[in-house]
Amino acid sequence: MKFIAVIRQVPDGESRLKIEGGRVSLQGATLILDQMDEYAVEEALRLKEKHGGEAVVVGFGPERTEEAIRTALAMGMDRGIHVVAEGYVDPVTEAEALAEVLKEESPTLVLTGGQQADWDSQALGAALAEALGVPVVAWTTALELEGETAKAKHDLDEGAEWVRVRLPAVFTTQQGLNEPRYPTLPGIMKAKKKEIKKVAFGGRTRVEILEEAIQEKARLQKILDGKDPVAAAEELVRLLHEEAKVI
Amino acid sequence: MILVVLEHDGKTLRKGALEALTRARALSEALGLPVHGLLMGENAEGALEEARRYAAKVYLAKTGPYTAERFAEGLYQAGKEAKVIVAPSSRQSRAYTARVAYRLRAGLLEDTLESWAEGGEVYARRYAYLNRVLQTQKAALPVVLTVKPNTTPLAEPLAEAGQVEEVAVPEVATVEVLERLQEEKKGVSLTEADVVVTGGRGMGGPEAFGLVEELAALLGGAVGATRAVVDAGWRPYSEQVGQTGKTVQPSLYIALGVSGAVQHLAGMNKSKYIVAVNKDPEAPIFKHADYGIVGDVHQVLPALIQAVKKLKD
Ligand SMILES: Cc1cc2nc3c(=O)[nH]c(=O)nc-3n(C[C@H](O)[C@H](O)[C@H](O)COP(=O)(O)OP(=O)(O)OC[C@H]3O[C@@H](n4cnc5c(N)ncnc54)[C@H](O)[C@@H]3O)c2cc1C
Repeated sequence: MKFIAVIRQVPDGESRLKIEGGRVSLQGATLILDQMDEYAVEEALRLKEKHGGEAVVVGFGPERTEEAIRTALAMGMDRGIHVVAEGYVDPVTEAEALAEVLKEESPTLVLTGGQQADWDSQALGAALAEALGVPVVAWTTALELEGETAKAKHDLDEGAEWVRVRLPAVFTTQQGLNEPRYPTLPGIMKAKKKEIKKVAFGGRTRVEILEEAIQEKARLQKILDGKDPVAAAEELVRLLHEEAKVI
Repeated sequence: MILVVLEHDGKTLRKGALEALTRARALSEALGLPVHGLLMGENAEGALEEARRYAAKVYLAKTGPYTAERFAEGLYQAGKEAKVIVAPSSRQSRAYTARVAYRLRAGLLEDTLESWAEGGEVYARRYAYLNRVLQTQKAALPVVLTVKPNTTPLAEPLAEAGQVEEVAVPEVATVEVLERLQEEKKGVSLTEADVVVTGGRGMGGPEAFGLVEELAALLGGAVGATRAVVDAGWRPYSEQVGQTGKTVQPSLYIALGVSGAVQHLAGMNKSKYIVAVNKDPEAPIFKHADYGIVGDVHQVLPALIQAVKKLKD
């Protein structure tokens, strides 16, 4: 069996974003393995621990993405593949390039995060499934292998459902599926020796980013002391009514 | 042709469908292409008469109930010749539109706030970086575009009813739905509400949400929850606001006992006014709040309810 986690490296949500020349600059930002993808890595590891086989991490992105691949290797993934691509690549084109690599691996199943923390895109898992000609289960919160099929629970817009899918299939992951483990010191040492195969990306993005601007609204920050809760509540309601005019 | 996915509930078209139509009509003028509609899913016939009032041609694809694969197949069969596909943006649509975008090797513009065409290319604005950045994108035709809810005026009906064309959809059976867990909807829908009152782990337990509901009802709003609350089983997942939950953009967002983690902020940081109640003056939510009270929510919330009642009298 072979379990593949597809990952990306993204800025930590807490880090400050800067704009330079109309584009986001990640200079100085802390870059991490996308947390949504961490659930994919953890699930691949758990499936391998339970069913045997191999757990492979596939990363897409610029040279620095290797750091995120190493993090996944330190968590316990067996080996890595890095599709090296500079600049913005839309998820459809990305899926096309990744599918080339994945087809060669013939995985039992593929996992990736439900939404990317930089592009806010939810497309990669579904586009990847299409490229591989297999089903997709989006926003998975529970997953069990049952022979040639998998049983999974996943979220819909309203509510959730249990499904059975034929394998191979792509699952997109999210919080709730598992608790990702931390890389251990021996894990980090071992990760240094694990293989990362480099593949050059030869495609061209179909979507271009023309401009980016920070959209963080300046907030009023009128914070009241609640030692006298009744007085504070009355003042707050007055402000919302008279100043903000929202109630 | 520009094809619009007309989402419906088996009877009427969803608001998102009418927003998507408005976008499609604007693109239609700039690109010189006609707008057609697509109905698929369970009981699609139920919405057919209404759909005909909005599009000169309505394709009816018998896909059966939703799975990403079936809807992708239905959309692909109706839309293989389309230059632009427009769909309301939802968790479900973003899975099947991505499949179709791949099949058509189209430029995918997801969750767009606005869109326009110029020189045969489609432009769109959308949020990125957990909703913190406004991004302008461009793609050449063919393009698949999804429309973020509550961004666009609703389309007006046409003077004449459109024609209907049935579309054959090959059977897709790779996913078997074993059990659907529907959550009962009450009150205003979360994503459309103008006021959202969200309780976090600081509420202490599910009982305390009685008061959250009371305040939401008083303000004509909806109840939201953080992931911590949903994971604890205090509230249903459908109420979760954030990166893995819903995105809301009300005039007033009230966060009670919510710490203000980035993943939560991603779902509500575009609200017009943000109010926070938290006992910890250092809680990150205060940095993102317009108004706030540092205090125990168990004392502040009842007082707030009284104060709102007093205002209303
Ligand atoms: C990939 C990923 C996706 C995620 N997606 C989401 C998402 O969609 N939505 C989401 O919400 N989270 C999401 N999270 C989780 C997020 O990181 C936080 O863990 C979560 O939002 C915390 O919820 P909380 O604020 O209710 O709880 P806590 O962080 O526990 O905060 C509780 C707050 O209540 C205050 N408090 C306690 N008692 C009282 C009292 N008596 N009176 C007043 N205040 C009190 C405390 O000071 C504290 O600030 C995600 C995380 C990851 C990694």
